Amino acid sequence: MSVKTLTIDGTAIAIEEGATILQAAKEAGVPIPTLCHLEGVSDVGACRLCLVEVKGINKLLPACVTEVAEGMDIQTNTEKLQTYRRMTVELLFAEGNHVCSVCVANNNCELQDVAVQVGMDHSRFTYRFPDRGVDISHKQFGIDHNRCILCTRCVRVCDEVEGAHVWDVAQRGAACYIVSGLNQPWGEVDACTSCGKCVDACPTGAIFRKGDTTAEKIGDRAKLEFLVTAREQQKWTR
Amino acid sequence: MDKIKFATVWLAGCSGCHMSFLDLDEWLIDLAAAVDVVFSPVGCDLKTYPDGVDVCLVEGAIANQENLELIYDVRRKTKLLISFGDCAVTANVPAMRNMLGSSSAVLKRAYLELGDVTPQLPDEPGIVPELLDRVVPVHEVVPVDIFMPGCPPSADRIRATLEPLLKGEMPVMEGRSMIKFG
Ligand code: SF4
Ligand code: SF4
Ligand code: SF4
Ligand code: FES
Repeated sequence: MSVKTLTIDGTAIAIEEGATILQAAKEAGVPIPTLCHLEGVSDVGACRLCLVEVKGINKLLPACVTEVAEGMDIQTNTEKLQTYRRMTVELLFAEGNHVCSVCVANNNCELQDVAVQVGMDHSRFTYRFPDRGVDISHKQFGIDHNRCILCTRCVRVCDEVEGAHVWDVAQRGAACYIVSGLNQPWGEVDACTSCGKCVDACPTGAIFRKGDTTAEKIGDRAKLEFLVTAREQQKWTR
Repeated sequence: MDKIKFATVWLAGCSGCHMSFLDLDEWLIDLAAAVDVVFSPVGCDLKTYPDGVDVCLVEGAIANQENLELIYDVRRKTKLLISFGDCAVTANVPAMRNMLGSSSAVLKRAYLELGDVTPQLPDEPGIVPELLDRVVPVHEVVPVDIFMPGCPPSADRIRATLEPLLKGEMPVMEGRSMIKFG
């Protein structure tokens, strides 16, 4: 396999062809904030948090879905990128209803973490306060659409790792929401195996275990990566 | 040098942020030595917000007519206004009623549908302030100088915000210990 050489924030790095900028950055030890990226499943470029600047290309590119190319000169943390990242996170907070103090994911939420990372101390955008639903028809789990950021990690993990494909995205634009089955209550979807992978994949408090109350949802993200390497490389211990 | 004129106000919040302020324990003695508390539900008996306040901690969202009038008054008379806690910064729990729509829908739900004994709508003009249709964060109404998230912000976070101000410096609102919500 051929190798590409490129620079990330001035550091030269070599990585095999077909790798993404995000993988290259990880190898180079350069942190890029992400939300919709999840180790073990495919990338879709939904959240736009991982945007980077590539010299000679006058638009910002999502690092998680952009393949490396020979001689790329990449900047990951310019003032422009910092501005956009913070704006993106502010918009995510203003779009749904994030009441962290009463959320199952408080203290264990990746959205909270990136808010800290990008330095968001308030949202400059007017809160929408949408009236989104909560579905607790499933015996073990629930989904609170108010906290969903439409990263589609649940959709991908259920389809690609569990093979059940319970989740999908319905509607368009601001009306988008995650549906189970054919837009049925989750508890009525026969395809759901109750494996709980979507609970661990969800970066926020949107999908949770029933019985978990404020700040009690502790995600085990590494479990998914472990499952995938276990299957692909027959490594069954961690 | 004149002492810093310090105030705190309590709008639509649970008072938890003020309780956390009282958690500053013995540092309150140092604070009291450095400031004059000119208005505060927990530190002063005055009923009208005075002129020439240097620093004011504002707890709570803007939910009713009284909150609205007070915040305009506070902004007019205060040099440095701090949004104190998640209710002030995001509207937080008080804003969960926004999902019901207008104030009349909220009152109907709370006082008629859920009222088990003599259900009736509160109506005392001039005594009970009217609800606004929407609960909003402070900065949607007046400019805010410093944002201190947290529900409530810990005593350590409050101290780390106020201490630099006493020395005439601005606090650095960065990192998990200073700006994590919830
Ligand atoms: S999902 Fe995260 S950001 Fe949203 S309310 Fe819960 S803890 Fe806060
Ligand atoms: S439910 Fe969770 S994992 Fe699924 S799209 Fe929403 S935030 Fe992402
Ligand atoms: S931010 Fe939290 S502690 Fe402070 S007033 Fe609001 S609900 Fe109470
Ligand atoms: S992590 Fe790349 S777009 Fe979400």
